[in-house]
Amino acid sequence: MAPTREVAVVSYASWSSPAELQRNEVEMLMPVVAEAVADSGLPREEIGFTVSGSCDYLIGAPFSFVSALDAVGAWPPIRESHVEMDAAWALYEAWIQIQKGSVDSALVYGFGKASSGDPSEIFTLQLDPYTVGPLWPDTISVAALQARAWMDRTGGSEQDLVEVGARSLRNWAWANGVDLEPDAVDVLLAQPTIASPLRPGDIAPDTDGCAAIVLAADDLARELAARRDLRPAWITGIDHRIEPQALGLRDLSLSTSTTLAALTAGLADGPVDVAELHTQFSHEEHILREALGLEDGTNVNPSGGPLQANPPMTAGLMRIGEAAARVMDGEAGRAVAHATSGPCLQQNLVCVLEGEDA
Amino acid sequence: MSGERVAVVGVGQTEHRAVRTDVSMVGLIREAAKRALADADMTWTDIDAVVIGKAPDMFEGVVMPELFLADALGAAGKPMLRVHTAGSVGGSTAIVAAGLVQSGVHERVLTVAFEKQSESDAMWALTVPTPFQAPLVAGAGGYFAPIIRAYMQRADAPDDIGMMVAVKDRLNAIRNPYAHLKLPDIDMKTVEESPMLWEPLRYLETCPSSDGACAMVLASERVADAAAKPPAWVQGTAWRSEPTLFARRDQVNPQAGRDCAADVYQQAGITNPRADFDCAEVYVPFSWYEPMWLENLGFAEPGDGWKLTQSGATAFDGDIPWNPSGGVLSSNPIGASGMLRFAEAANQVRGAAGEHQVEGARRALGHAYGGGSQFFAMWVVGADKP
Repeated sequence: MAPTREVAVVSYASWSSPAELQRNEVEMLMPVVAEAVADSGLPREEIGFTVSGSCDYLIGAPFSFVSALDAVGAWPPIRESHVEMDAAWALYEAWIQIQKGSVDSALVYGFGKASSGDPSEIFTLQLDPYTVGPLWPDTISVAALQARAWMDRTGGSEQDLVEVGARSLRNWAWANGVDLEPDAVDVLLAQPTIASPLRPGDIAPDTDGCAAIVLAADDLARELAARRDLRPAWITGIDHRIEPQALGLRDLSLSTSTTLAALTAGLADGPVDVAELHTQFSHEEHILREALGLEDGTNVNPSGGPLQANPPMTAGLMRIGEAAARVMDGEAGRAVAHATSGPCLQQNLVCVLEGEDA
Repeated sequence: MSGERVAVVGVGQTEHRAVRTDVSMVGLIREAAKRALADADMTWTDIDAVVIGKAPDMFEGVVMPELFLADALGAAGKPMLRVHTAGSVGGSTAIVAAGLVQSGVHERVLTVAFEKQSESDAMWALTVPTPFQAPLVAGAGGYFAPIIRAYMQRADAPDDIGMMVAVKDRLNAIRNPYAHLKLPDIDMKTVEESPMLWEPLRYLETCPSSDGACAMVLASERVADAAAKPPAWVQGTAWRSEPTLFARRDQVNPQAGRDCAADVYQQAGITNPRADFDCAEVYVPFSWYEPMWLENLGFAEPGDGWKLTQSGATAFDGDIPWNPSGGVLSSNPIGASGMLRFAEAANQVRGAAGEHQVEGARRALGHAYGGGSQFFAMWVVGADKP
């Protein structure tokens, strides 16, 4: 037994802002879902399955996904589910439902507003509530432990970290047509650390945003993409793995779960033109490059990545969308997207996308 | 039904109590998971993937608690998913877990749902005022009471039907060693004399707040065929959602529930639910939801649900027992309540329900709903392969 259906990303839309103070989640989500659905070429009511990812705690209420359903227009009633995870895992669930054969297409969306609270404090509540959480280590300090572990093992320097942030900024500027100061690395390195060795340029900014993807299977995907003169971004492999959370139970300088997921996803079966990595801190790119076995020729985070825009519960799905977009427009033949959840890369998803039929 | 065949080969649940001071969240989920593994004659290492479900994280005060629970569930190095679809989550979680087998991706999936309500306060968590949203007002009972009143008026139902359900389910719970509420002396009079909370719901017509967990092992046909104990074959799964608030929405008899039932019945070949099922485990958190769901699920014509309850048809010795385990009215670890329905249905067709076994049960319905009854999850399980 093995999954047999060919599944592809056929449309992707996203939106983000440092702080969206005018609109609530539903208002923020509605145009993005509408865009992804319209671009897919599938009428909304013909999409077989809908699934989303979000986190209640961001708005401090018990059911943030409930009202988000208003952005979809769930009438007549729809087949629908929700994961309390980054929406990259919602996409995995959609892929499973399509593999099961009960539906041929799916709408996946994720949303999160960092501006509703303090994410660094909120995500501290992910830690073991009996032993670690009561100490209130904020997420940046916890990540700094990992950065230090990576530097200690590899001899990497703070400049190696900052260079990741500087390149992310350059890529973002290039992708968005913005002129940049030439000495960005020096500027970033001159900033004081927030939690040593991490400086502001090493840390993903608080962001509000959302993203939506439409998946389709087999000939439906071919037909939908052909209508727009694009090629489908075929998901040739997808897997995700988790590690123990306790920081003392794993080697923080490695990401073994990423390596395991990449193995099942068949990442090593071919060259990788583009990698979109869910790097919320600069050191994570170094750890993930190693865990994924990426060669120097791979273009990492051409979009700028999460270090420029990191909406919670959404930035992972955005990686799949950005990687798929590079494949769909022909810029990349083969791309990998990575999503993460939990402190210090605890849980990781790897998705391989290819332009030619699998 | 689509995909590869899938069966329940192991079921476990905790003793459900108002406060489980003897265990942490870790201990609670392991209690259920270890029982499910033992029932399946498996160990942690046999499991390919873990799917965990629970209702809002504010019920415990931990953001995405599955992250810190992963290790305790033997998930290290494996895929783990976390589902949250409000009160229907226990059912949705089982459907997600079944999908991992039906898709051909995995062969042995451990699924766990839990709530440890005593860690926080569900009433508080449900009453937080949210900008741009209608307030729930004093928890779920305050939300559902007006809908129940609308049902009573629409169906011209006698006032005492809810009390009959409350007595029936609590007496069923006496046969269930895991049930939270044990009220052997309950009768119509004690229910009637209990305080009125949300007209027409009295204290004893309301579900308790429980700490508890439920777990199942779902397996491929190959694994289930080799299992020592009889499996429960999944003959159909379905879920449906509709928007919470809009003018045309019928909250008494929601379209999403009717569509979900039609879908799962079609997959399993059910044409007359009252005759085709031997029993049903249905999410009834407030007494009146039995007659309401009898109609929504097609066991009775619209307006006639209360007549089935009144006639004793849904009692343990009736022709179509509903909630022989005692149901949500007797144990309500919210996130697990839906999975308990799915798991109890599975145990009935496995002949493994113990003292609350419905004799000769071969096909059963598991049902869960959530939110303001806009989320539904259902499965049909049977002793026979689909």
